[in-house]
Amino acid sequence: MAALARLHERLAGLREEAIDEERKAKYKAAVKIQRWFRACRVRAYLRYLSKMAILIQKRWRGYLRRKYFREVVEVENIYFLQIQKTWRGYYVRKNIHNFYALKKYLQGVSVKNEIVRLELQEEAEIKEQEKKMKDLEKKEKEKKYQARKTHYLLSTEQIPGVYNSPSRKSPDPMELLLRQSKPLTHRKQQVKSPFADELYGWPTCKKPPAFVTSLPVLPADRQKPQGPFRDPAEVLQQRYKPVEPTLRVRESMYSSPAKTRELTRREEWRNPIHGKEFLPFSSHHKNYEKYEPSLFKSGKYGQEAYGTKYFREVYPKKWIADKFTTRLYLCGCNLYYNLNN
Amino acid sequence: MSQRQVLQVFEQYQRARSQFAQAVADLAARPQSIDTLRSADVVCLLRPLLLDVVPSIRQIAALALGRLADYDVELAEAVVKAGIVPQLIGSLPEENRYYKKAAAFVLRAIAKHSPQLANAIVQYGALYMLVICLEDFDPGVKEGASWALGYIARHNPELSQAVVDAGAVPLLVLCIQEPEIALKRIAASTLSDISKHSPELAQTVVDAGAIAYLAQMIPNPDAKLKRQVLSALSQIAKHSVILAQLVAEAEIFPVVLTCLKNSDDYVKKNGATLIREIAKHTPELSQYVVNSGGVAAVIDCIGSCRGTVRLPGIMTLGYVAAHSENLSMVVIVSKGIPPLCLCLVEEHEDHIKAAAAWALGQIGRHTTEHARHVAVANVLPTLLDIFMDPRSSEDLKTKTKNALENILQKCTYLPALEPLLHEAPLSIMPHIIGQFSKVLPRDSKARRLFVTTGGLKKVQEIKAESGSLLQEYINTINNCYPEEIVRYYSPGYSETLLERVENYQPVL
Repeated sequence: MAALARLHERLAGLREEAIDEERKAKYKAAVKIQRWFRACRVRAYLRYLSKMAILIQKRWRGYLRRKYFREVVEVENIYFLQIQKTWRGYYVRKNIHNFYALKKYLQGVSVKNEIVRLELQEEAEIKEQEKKMKDLEKKEKEKKYQARKTHYLLSTEQIPGVYNSPSRKSPDPMELLLRQSKPLTHRKQQVKSPFADELYGWPTCKKPPAFVTSLPVLPADRQKPQGPFRDPAEVLQQRYKPVEPTLRVRESMYSSPAKTRELTRREEWRNPIHGKEFLPFSSHHKNYEKYEPSLFKSGKYGQEAYGTKYFREVYPKKWIADKFTTRLYLCGCNLYYNLNN
Repeated sequence: MSQRQVLQVFEQYQRARSQFAQAVADLAARPQSIDTLRSADVVCLLRPLLLDVVPSIRQIAALALGRLADYDVELAEAVVKAGIVPQLIGSLPEENRYYKKAAAFVLRAIAKHSPQLANAIVQYGALYMLVICLEDFDPGVKEGASWALGYIARHNPELSQAVVDAGAVPLLVLCIQEPEIALKRIAASTLSDISKHSPELAQTVVDAGAIAYLAQMIPNPDAKLKRQVLSALSQIAKHSVILAQLVAEAEIFPVVLTCLKNSDDYVKKNGATLIREIAKHTPELSQYVVNSGGVAAVIDCIGSCRGTVRLPGIMTLGYVAAHSENLSMVVIVSKGIPPLCLCLVEEHEDHIKAAAAWALGQIGRHTTEHARHVAVANVLPTLLDIFMDPRSSEDLKTKTKNALENILQKCTYLPALEPLLHEAPLSIMPHIIGQFSKVLPRDSKARRLFVTTGGLKKVQEIKAESGSLLQEYINTINNCYPEEIVRYYSPGYSETLLERVENYQPVL
């Protein structure tokens, strides 16, 4: 019973403790909340205060600066502006819209124009001159040709010509021209050759190939030559027998089959890669053709040039030709001396 | 029948064919017999001769066909329809140079008539064959081939592109370097026809190195060659700034200026065209032209020719003056205004007058100085007359109006404006009155002159809507004068005075 009572008490105590705990927790929570809320309020208040302070400072500073600007800076700016204005005006007038440079330029252009006009005028005059000279020359040539054509109008000893009338003091210039000119030869008649239809393709050949149309005529009083000669008529006939080529042979050099033959021939000539057609195809000769230099010509430092580059060796110090004559002379002198004494 | 007799038959036939071909070729050279030939169906008869065994007959048949196609569009179409072109083209590579020349002649004769025919030829593969002909050694063959290519390329940009794609341009540039003058001419004209259509084609021609060779040929004395060369260079230069710079760098100045003095009119025209195409792009190029004395040469050229030949020169001056006021002043200083004035007065063609009016407008529109120079030369009344003339075309009227407006906006030279005041229509009036309203408030002498010459009276007579610009100007002018003067000059003043006289009760 007592234990139960004690347990009951303990339980009640625990329950009270629990309730107490609860109460304390609630109390603490309430405090927390209130604390937090008060802190927020204070912070808001502080924020408000700092904003107001900033506002006042802002407006004050603005006022100060504006006053400064109005009183000081604007006045200074006038002076700065004046400097800048004068500088800009000067700069633009000197460099960008330079009046004097423009004037000079325009004068320069006028001068250049004058020069160009003069030069063109000169060139035009030169061309005119050339044209006149050409016309004159042409006229002269024409006159000379006419004189050559009408050479028969030249006056003779007996009959004065058309241009040399007896009543004139001196002959007409045409007469003088006629005297100087050579008569024209007759124009050869254009013979229409039977080959005129066929146009020849090669550029230099102007005449057709010389086919003989008639036998050459031997002189009538020719003496028959002595010996076993055949009859000349027979010989000539055989020699100048007209060619009777077949139709195949007679076809032109420029027909298609002939051309293709020509083409293949040219291709064959053109196609090989190098010109040497008959190269040895075996390496048999390589060993025999290898060059071995002789011992006489090889020195320590390779081959000597003697035997390939030069073939003579010259040692002028060993020459005795000039020395020989003096010795002979001396010997001769001695002999002579010996003989005389 | 012996062999010889058999062969004789063949010989006779060959001779007959040859004679027929020759006779048709001779007849085709005469225009009066071509109709008879057409009715005799000559194209179908010539067709088998193109495949003949004997080469000379083939050549003469081709020549005859060429002459026939050259004469008439219908014959050219008949030649194409008869299927001759593939035969012609197919046998070209093996033939000799006479045949190639004749074939090129046929192709050229067909291509020159219309783009459709040229297109038909191109579709048969003619371009490839013509390029092969261009590689030939004979200059006559090259000439025929490049002539045909030129006629094909002339029609439109697609055909031109086809010619370029066939690889003709480098060969043409080689042809230009050949010594024969006729070949040079034709090659230059073909390059000109190719490059005239678009900048890409012109660039292709430039990439082949054509400009240097063309520039070298300008001093050549032959007039026709000069024409073609100058035309080719101007077609290249007209497309873009870079191309124009390339042409200008090829040292054509001052050689081109000598061409402006040439006795041949078309050389002058093409030379002026070339200068115009170079000067029109940028102020720097115009400056370059001016510095080499080009303006003086162009002005002399305008003074010495008549008619359409003047037109490129006039446009050059307009372009140069349009770029900047300094260049405009250069044109004025080089005495450019009097020839332009003369052009306005003398020429009968409307487009030349329009160009001259435009050029004057460009000269005078920059500052008051320029406008004063233009006005002093008595240009404004002429412009006004042309504007009011009922016979002028729309384009001319527009251009004159623009020129007048541009000059009037800057003109403060009152003696020149006075006569205009009396004659001008209502569309021009605001500008004139505006100028007066700018000058009169400041200048007392001018005010006096204005009154004495009857200008104030005229101003009062103008009826303008209130609130419009014109009315404002009139008000400004009226404010410059005392009120009595203004009332004195207003219309109907004498009536009001007389009314006052009538209504006056004499004071006895």
